[in-house]
Amino acid sequence: MAGVLVLVALVLQVAVFPHLAWDGIVPNFCLLVVVAAALVRGPGFAATLGFFAGLALDLAPPADHVAGRWALALVIVGYVAGLMRQDTRSSATTVVATVAASSFIGTSVYALSGVVLGDAVVGSGDLLRVILVALLWDVLLTPLVLPGVIRLLTRLEPARA
Amino acid sequence: MRPFRPRPPRLLRGYRPLRPGPDRFDQRSDRARLRSRMVALVLACLTLMTLDHHPGAGSPLEPARSAMGSVFGPVESATSAAIRPVTDIGGWLHSRTSMQNDIASLEAQNSRLRAQAATTQYARNQLAEYQGLTSAAGTLGQALVPAHVVAYGPAQSFSRTVTIDAGSDAGITPDQTVLNADGLVGRVLRVTATTATVLLIVDSGSVVGGRVGASMKVGFLHGEGGLGDHGSLDLQLVDASQAPAQGDTIVTWGSHDGAPYVSGVPIGRVTTVYASLRESTQRAVIKPFVDFAALDLVGVVVPSGTHSDRGIIEADGTLQ
Repeated sequence: MAGVLVLVALVLQVAVFPHLAWDGIVPNFCLLVVVAAALVRGPGFAATLGFFAGLALDLAPPADHVAGRWALALVIVGYVAGLMRQDTRSSATTVVATVAASSFIGTSVYALSGVVLGDAVVGSGDLLRVILVALLWDVLLTPLVLPGVIRLLTRLEPARA
Repeated sequence: MRPFRPRPPRLLRGYRPLRPGPDRFDQRSDRARLRSRMVALVLACLTLMTLDHHPGAGSPLEPARSAMGSVFGPVESATSAAIRPVTDIGGWLHSRTSMQNDIASLEAQNSRLRAQAATTQYARNQLAEYQGLTSAAGTLGQALVPAHVVAYGPAQSFSRTVTIDAGSDAGITPDQTVLNADGLVGRVLRVTATTATVLLIVDSGSVVGGRVGASMKVGFLHGEGGLGDHGSLDLQLVDASQAPAQGDTIVTWGSHDGAPYVSGVPIGRVTTVYASLRESTQRAVIKPFVDFAALDLVGVVVPSGTHSDRGIIEADGTLQ
């Protein structure tokens, strides 16, 4: 089920939102789903979901970068967001802060992996702009997307001992 | 007495609050399990990157890519087709910021006529685009397969690629030229049965051989990976002593068998020329004719007479 959410997020991200994009930068729905999973189910589950969501981002067309880069970024996002959930009390503010931090970490890890692998890289000015705009997008969409996703994941959560 | 519990904020309603007391990961075994899972996932990512370090035909992940493409391509096409009537109007007004002033004055003149034509405007736009593509095919003397752009790679990925809704079934193969009525768009990177991935010429990994229309000098155009409307290209001439003049038009130089680029496709116009004394080379910035933020209908150059699942626009303007 979480997988279906990721696929819906991916289609939204590549086929629907480019029409609303600011300079080609779209909200990272996959990242939002991973953060929601981290808030509901903790770091282990979120990191695993992040891996598969990242893999989908890496392999679905129009992607043309070295596979595994988004996977690594979203694994780290899932883990960090999961740990933040345990350290803080949950409130609207902390959720937004978690999304902001996750967005920053996710895009940065992706960009840094590009630098390490010698994949296509842009100048640091553009890089910073992309990271900040992406962060703004993600935070803007948090109140619209996260409550629904969190509710869905909570309802679907298999009973735990 | 029952302890006071505040009502959770609206954003989190329905989200089960955390249990008080020590949480699950304080237990040592859970912590160790989480750690080993993280190590496994990160190693998996690193393995993927190593396997795929040279993306292209030789990569072991290419079958997985094309499998994902055949599953996702139709979904992307369907989604894009469903929202096109809505986005077409929005994109028309918002993506061409540079032309907004002109549009404002023209709109004032045309508002009465536009009100009458409102219902048919979308069809008119499409017709105009197809007519543009047909005349492009005629000018170039090449056959074109028409296709729509259905998905954009996010700018967060720092590469400029799009998916089009025509693939090997339509007669498209890798390394074919993609253009639209305005000029050169890019080249086909890989195809699935129903979709193809196109590398835009503004991607920072793209290199196109170009020719200055006025002086016939050849050079190489590198994409700058620019975003949105700011996409520009960097031209370096092979003959360093010759500077292109501002306003010169650059067309493709073309290569053997027209792969990846056929010759004579307009690319852009020289906007600025820089002379670097130290490197004794001339650099010019080219503004492409194509608006990469508002790509819709494109044509893929195919050999004349290619077998295709849709109409091919032949060089003489006929539809096969």
